[in-house]
Amino acid sequence: MPEQQDDILDEITSSEYKYGFVTNIEADEAPKGLSEDTIRFISAKKNEPSWMLEYRLKAFQHWQKMEEPNWANVNYPTINFQDIIYYSAPKQKVAPKSLDEIDPELRNTFEKLGISLNEQKRLTGVAVDAVMDSISVATTFKEELSKVGVIFCSMSEAIQEHPELVKKYLGSVVPATDNYFTALNAAVFSDGSFCYIPKGVRCPMELSTYFRINAKNTGQFERTLIVAEEGSYVSYLEGCTAPMRDENQLHAAVVELIAKEKAEIKYSTVQNWYPGDKEGKGGIYNFVTKRGICTGDHAKISWTQVETGSSVTWKYPSVILKGDYSIGEFYSVAVTNNFQQADTGTKMIHLGKNTRSRIVSKGISAGKSNNSYRGLVNVAKNATNARNFSQCDSLLLGDKCGAHTFPYIEVKNNTAVVEHEATTSKIGEDQIFYCNQRGMDTETAVALIINGFAKEVMNQLPMEFAVEAQKLLAISLEGSVG
Amino acid sequence: MLKIENLQARIEEKEILRGINLDIKPGEVHAIMGPNGSGKSTLASVLAGREDYEVTGGSVDFLGKDLLELSPEDRAKEGLFLAFQYPVEIPGVSTTNFMKTAFNEKRKYQGLDPLDAAQFLKLMKEKMKLVQIDQALLSRSLNEGFSGGEKKRNEIFQMAMLEPKLAILDETDSGLDIDALRIVANGVNQLRSKDNAFLVVTHYQRLLEYIVPDYVHVLYKGRIVKSGTKELALELEERGYDFIKEEVDQAIA
Repeated sequence: MPEQQDDILDEITSSEYKYGFVTNIEADEAPKGLSEDTIRFISAKKNEPSWMLEYRLKAFQHWQKMEEPNWANVNYPTINFQDIIYYSAPKQKVAPKSLDEIDPELRNTFEKLGISLNEQKRLTGVAVDAVMDSISVATTFKEELSKVGVIFCSMSEAIQEHPELVKKYLGSVVPATDNYFTALNAAVFSDGSFCYIPKGVRCPMELSTYFRINAKNTGQFERTLIVAEEGSYVSYLEGCTAPMRDENQLHAAVVELIAKEKAEIKYSTVQNWYPGDKEGKGGIYNFVTKRGICTGDHAKISWTQVETGSSVTWKYPSVILKGDYSIGEFYSVAVTNNFQQADTGTKMIHLGKNTRSRIVSKGISAGKSNNSYRGLVNVAKNATNARNFSQCDSLLLGDKCGAHTFPYIEVKNNTAVVEHEATTSKIGEDQIFYCNQRGMDTETAVALIINGFAKEVMNQLPMEFAVEAQKLLAISLEGSVG
Repeated sequence: MLKIENLQARIEEKEILRGINLDIKPGEVHAIMGPNGSGKSTLASVLAGREDYEVTGGSVDFLGKDLLELSPEDRAKEGLFLAFQYPVEIPGVSTTNFMKTAFNEKRKYQGLDPLDAAQFLKLMKEKMKLVQIDQALLSRSLNEGFSGGEKKRNEIFQMAMLEPKLAILDETDSGLDIDALRIVANGVNQLRSKDNAFLVVTHYQRLLEYIVPDYVHVLYKGRIVKSGTKELALELEERGYDFIKEEVDQAIA
C-alpha cells in the first residue's frame, strides 16, 4: 500500500459518528428481563386493550418454544435476553397535546439530529413521526394529512384510535410465528408508525419515521404497518441513529406493507445505527423482518435501503407478488467497515401471473468487515410469465474485508425469465491515481468512485434524503482507503 | 518552468532513469523520443508522482517549487497535467461529474468559489468543440466503453478544461488513426500559448508533424543522449534509433 495512503489512514482517527451523544432525560423503564410480567407491564404502560395483550402473550409463548437461528454469515456473542430492558420511555412532564408542548430536551435531541419537529418550519414538507426508545414522541402534519383521509400516527395511537384497522392487518404479512425475532417483536414491540392511505389518494407528502435509541441496556422493537388501499400511493422513509456505547443493543423490528390493487408503496430506509468502534466493540444488532405483499393486480412495492451502521445487520426486505402484473423492487447499498458484518438481501416471491421483480444490490466492504448478499427469487408453479432481474455488485476496499453472494433461484414454472448478474471489484490504485492527477485528493477520489458505484441505488431515494445519504456513504468509509 | 537536474529513479530494484537533465521554459514544446524501454513513460510517471517509482537522486523544480515534495494532487493543482497513455475507466462516474469535481478542487486551491452547474456546463460546451467530443459521450461513465480515439480525445478535453501550465502527453498518439490524430493534435495546438509548455512523449515522428516541437530529445537507457530541433525527429524517422544506440554504446566503450 503506497505510503501516502498509509498516512491518510493514520491521520484520520475514529470516523466521527456524530450521533453518538446521549440525551439526559429521565426515563420510565421496565425492570430488566423478559417474562410474562414484562409483557403485561408494557401493555399496561401503553394502556392497551385486552386483545392487544392477548396477541402479545400468545407471541411470547411461541417465542419461548423457539430456538434462535444461526444460519446467517455473521458472528456475534450470544445474546442474553434476560439482560435487556424491554421498555424505556422518556418522561415528559405533561402529555403533550401539541407539538409546542414537547419536552425541550427531546426537541433539542431531534434538532441535533437534523429532524425538524416544527411544522412551521416547512423546510421539506415531510411529515415526521419521532420515536425515542420505546415511544413515539411526536408526529407532525397529522391534521393536514387527515384532511385527505391519510392516517399517519404512532402504532400505540393506532391501537387506541383505529383498532379495527390494526386488528385487520397486524400480523397479516409477518405473523408472530414467522421467526424467532418476529415472535419476540410481537411480544414486546414498543412503537413504530402506522400509515393508512385511503382509496385513490396520493399521499401529499413524504411520510417518515425517525428512530432514536437513547437509553442504556435497552432493546428496541419497533413495529410499522403501512396499508395502501386501491389506487393509492405513499412514499415513506425511515431513519435511525443511536448513541455510542460499549455494549451491544438489540434492534429487532418488524415492518409490514400491504399494497392493494393498483396501489404503490415506496419504502426507503437510511440506517445509521451506531456501528461499533474501530475495534468492533459495541454497536447495534439490527435484526429486522420486513415484508410487503402486493395483494391486488398491478400493485407495486419498492424497498430502497442504505445500510451504513449497526454492528451486525441481518434483514431481507421482501415482496410477495400475489396480484397479477404486480411489481416488486429492491435497491440496496450496504456498507460495512471496521468489524461490521452484514447478511442482507431480499426475497421476491412470484405467485400471480405476469409479475416482475428487480433487485439491485451494492455491497461495499472495508476494514475487516464482512458483507453478504443473500437473495431468493421464487417463482411458484402457477406464476406464468414471471420476470426477474438481479444485479449484485460488491466493492472491496482493502484486502482484509470480505464480500459474499448467496443467490437462491427456485423456479417451478417454465415460462419464467430470471436474470442474474454479479460483479466483484476493488477500487484500483490506477483509478485513484487518475483522480489524484486531476487534482483530487485520495479521500475525494474514493468518495467519488463509491458514489458512482452506488448511484443506481441512491437515485431511488427521495430527493430530500439523497444528499444526506451520499454524505453518510462518504463518512462511513472515512479512513478505509487502501 | 520545469528544471530537471540529474533525475534518477527506479522501480522494484530496477534502475530506469539514470540522470535526466531537462530545462523547459514557458511557451516551449519539447518532444521526448526513444526506443522501447528507454524510460519515456517512466519519466512521465515520475513527474506526475506515481508512487510505484522511487526517486533515488536528483531534483525537479516546477515554477519555483520542489516538485518531488508535492503529492500527485498538489502537483496537479500547481498546474501539472498528464495525458495518460492508457486512461483508466471509472464506472458510475460520468466525465461531467469527474471534471466538475476536479475543476472545483482546483478553484478551491486557488481561493476561488466553485462554479455552479450552469456556468460549468457553459465552459464545458466551449471546450468540447476543441476536440469534437459530444455531450452524450461526456454523460457516460468515464472512459467506459470508449474507443482508443475517444479516450485520447477525452484526455485532451480534460486538459482544455483544467488549463495546466505544463502538460505531459504520454504517447498520446498510440492507437490513433490519422483522423483522430489530427483532431487531438489540433486540440493541443489550440491550447498552446506563451504561458504554458508541453512535454510530448512519443515513439513516432508522425505526431510531431502536427504538434511541431521546439526541441527534440532522445532518451536511451535512462539518459537524454541527444537533443536537437525538429530536424532530429526527421533524422530518426529515416535512420531509426540504431545510429544513436551505436554512438552511445561506442562512447562508453
